Amino acid sequence: MDQGLDRVGDRLTTAGRTGWRATAAWALAAGVPLAFLGLFFAWPVATLVGRGFVADGALDLTGFREVFTEPRTWRIIGLTLGQALVGSVLSLLLGIPGAYVLYRCTFPGRTLVRALVTVPFVLPTVVVGVAFRALLAESGPLGGLGLDGTFAAIVLALVFFNYSVVVRTVGGLWEHLDPRAEQAARALGASPARAFRTVTLPALAPAITSAGAVVFLFCATAFGVVLVLGGQRYATVETEIWMQTVQFLDLRTAAVLSVVQLVIVTAALWAAARARSRREHALALSPATRSSRPLRRTDALPVAVTAAVVTLLLAWPLGNLVLQSLRTPDGWGLGNYVALGTTGGRNALTVTVWEATATSLRTAALAAAVAVVVGGLVALVVSRRPRSPHARRAVSVLDAVVMLPLGVSAVTVGFGFLITLDRPLGLDVDLRTSGLLVPLAQAVVATPLVVRTVLPVLRAVDPRQREVAATLGASPGRVLATVDWPVAARSLGLAVGFAFAVSLGEFGATSFLARPDTATLPIVIFRLIGRPGAENYGMALAASVVLAVVTATVMLVAERLRGERTGEF
Amino acid sequence: MQHRTQQNRTTGARRRPAVALVALGTTLALAGCATASDDSTDGAGGEGTVDVVVHDSFVISDEAKAAFEEETGLTMNVITTGDGGALANKLVLTKDSPLGDVAFGIDSSFASRAVDEGVFEPYTSPVQPALSEELAADDSGALTAIDYGDVCLNIDDSWFESNGVLEPVSLEDLTKPEYADLTVVTNPATSSPGLAFLFATVGEFGEDGYLDYWQSLSDNGLKVVEGWEDAYYVDFTTSGGDRPIVLSYASSPAFTVSEDGSSTTTSALLDTCFRQVEYAGVLSGADNPEGGQQVIDFLLGEQFQSEIPTGMYVYPVNEDAEIPGEWTDFAPVPDAPVELDPAEISENREAWIKDWTASVIG
Repeated sequence: MDQGLDRVGDRLTTAGRTGWRATAAWALAAGVPLAFLGLFFAWPVATLVGRGFVADGALDLTGFREVFTEPRTWRIIGLTLGQALVGSVLSLLLGIPGAYVLYRCTFPGRTLVRALVTVPFVLPTVVVGVAFRALLAESGPLGGLGLDGTFAAIVLALVFFNYSVVVRTVGGLWEHLDPRAEQAARALGASPARAFRTVTLPALAPAITSAGAVVFLFCATAFGVVLVLGGQRYATVETEIWMQTVQFLDLRTAAVLSVVQLVIVTAALWAAARARSRREHALALSPATRSSRPLRRTDALPVAVTAAVVTLLLAWPLGNLVLQSLRTPDGWGLGNYVALGTTGGRNALTVTVWEATATSLRTAALAAAVAVVVGGLVALVVSRRPRSPHARRAVSVLDAVVMLPLGVSAVTVGFGFLITLDRPLGLDVDLRTSGLLVPLAQAVVATPLVVRTVLPVLRAVDPRQREVAATLGASPGRVLATVDWPVAARSLGLAVGFAFAVSLGEFGATSFLARPDTATLPIVIFRLIGRPGAENYGMALAASVVLAVVTATVMLVAERLRGERTGEF
Repeated sequence: MQHRTQQNRTTGARRRPAVALVALGTTLALAGCATASDDSTDGAGGEGTVDVVVHDSFVISDEAKAAFEEETGLTMNVITTGDGGALANKLVLTKDSPLGDVAFGIDSSFASRAVDEGVFEPYTSPVQPALSEELAADDSGALTAIDYGDVCLNIDDSWFESNGVLEPVSLEDLTKPEYADLTVVTNPATSSPGLAFLFATVGEFGEDGYLDYWQSLSDNGLKVVEGWEDAYYVDFTTSGGDRPIVLSYASSPAFTVSEDGSSTTTSALLDTCFRQVEYAGVLSGADNPEGGQQVIDFLLGEQFQSEIPTGMYVYPVNEDAEIPGEWTDFAPVPDAPVELDPAEISENREAWIKDWTASVIG
């Protein structure tokens, strides 16, 4: 098989007329995303961090010694690693059974549950924080557990957000695994546990490490939820960068912490990439319909775990949110929803919530389009393994680099924009205050998710299929269109859905931008919840429910798109 | 398969002109924006646009905006950037290529740093009301006071009544045993009212005494949460929490007025207040400084000033401005709020926050 790969590599790199053209095409495919991420991510971040290391025009690295001699710094680093590690391990432990139940088994209402588990992922953190605290505070229904303001509360909230990442990433691969390998193992006398451990688990490893890495990054850089639930006692590198930058404008300390964050993130990505490359190979994928089957009695354990997570950890806080949104000053009713057509109590807003919803949808559509093009190109390039070691190394670097936007503080990116994007590249437009920057910033955040959704599927394409097509005289473009595209299209629907949902709920980067008067839904919710008056609070909750419903709908549609494609293949 | 590919190709080919059109449109739009901002550069306070950089809480009605545009012939472009602290720091960071022509929403806790960094171009409005002059941050004339508000402890009156506990009055009262476990405040490092309350304690007990005060508060079961919404909507007893004393604003009781408007269920402790003033200033290096000055004149005018209480929950500096009835009845201005010199705040803010964090949070 390796030889086959090499031959494909040959074709990619050989000189000659078609070879030259193919090389140029691949360079372009890699160049477009690199240029995009360079302009809207690397340059702003590097410039801001650079400022922290320059004093009076000379390089000044004394910040390192100062920051590292403070015991608080080490505590912050320890807490960051601790909560990210516990959060991602717990998400994996709970999410893998969930992936099995929701993607390998059939039962009535499955599509709905799949959409439901995605909702937390895109809810604004400030709303989730308040919803969680309403349950956990001493006066709340779970007050007796004494979890308010503890490490456990943070970890639970992190799992709440990231459960769906594991379920979807692992489930997406699992439903296409050919069940016959496991059946053969069972027929040869392996116990279900042994068959799972020796056959299924290794096959799922790429998706599990991929999900683990993404969740680790999300947990290590979680901001709003850590701040609301943990406060300064559980300060992490991310919340500290925010404080040093936004509150103190201490760019020196912030720069040192940004480097720390970069090191943690790079180490996580490197570990994940190593784990992946050892495992990743072409898999015999089968249509989802063939591998799914109704629930059996032997599925009791994963079903119980999944049911417990979905009802207690996901549905309860969400249900409480819906319940509270129906409470108005004059008793229960739809008053808060009716008020969404207004600008809030005493005009708390400049636009109605519906107008903000429209803005959000427009912004998300643009962001998703950009993210899918950029992320799709990256996935395409990274899915190849060219023969030359240099090119191969370049490909794996690209693979890691596009993940960085998940691991770098939104504050650093947002403040970096401020000092770089005033008439960039000779353009006569102040990008910082043009409305375009919001969807672009959201696209930067959504791109890694698109890559991670499309890439495992593309990588699983047997390279021999491409070879056969090429041998039969298909041009490289034709190979792409007939071999890669039909497979990639299956995951593209989901990628679009994910990108759309992420930018719908995106709050961090959006709120750190200087933006013209076009508020998105999360911004409006944040604004409403920060205002006194029961009316505004009720509206904030109702608007959160609207956001959740819109997101769930988008994901349902994405699921559907995906379903049809799979059927065709 | 063959057939489908063919079809895809055709649609692909058909779409390409559409993509080109969109790209062309975007370019033209960008060019259009560029032309518009060019106009503002050479327009001497006449035609063109004026970019107003504001904090998150800024609200302006469509009517007021239209009135400004009618009066000046300028288009007002509002740019929102985060809370007061974030706004101030962003302005400092971008002082070499300012985000707009004029900024509104710098508060007294962050004013000095921005002024010292040379972010603003001095301007004294010909229509400045007396109170605005009184509230000036310093003598430089760089900033004009637009509104002011007080951060105060609020109490749930009905809780105290039904529990037969005497209502507290002063900051010292909160350290007494009868008020143990009753108070929730916000973190000064992460919330702007929290920072104001820290200043109140520094002003009241002095730089040498404020940490001792916080120590006795902590010993008396003080709860510290991260944000105002958290404290007010989760922990405060009126929202189903278990703390009847919460850090909020002097104006908050106006929002808990009963249906018939005769009474309110909460009240502010007027001896625990710290005054925050919000300023506007023309940005140095602005494309349209005259436009920026016109914005400041407008912000001081009666029309905008009358919108301040209802839109931003603070008091206007223009005494001709309308104040809502429930404000005069239930949200009076404290007579003698705690005050601190802005320069002293600017110098010590970070040290106070760090000392506070070390001593209260640990």
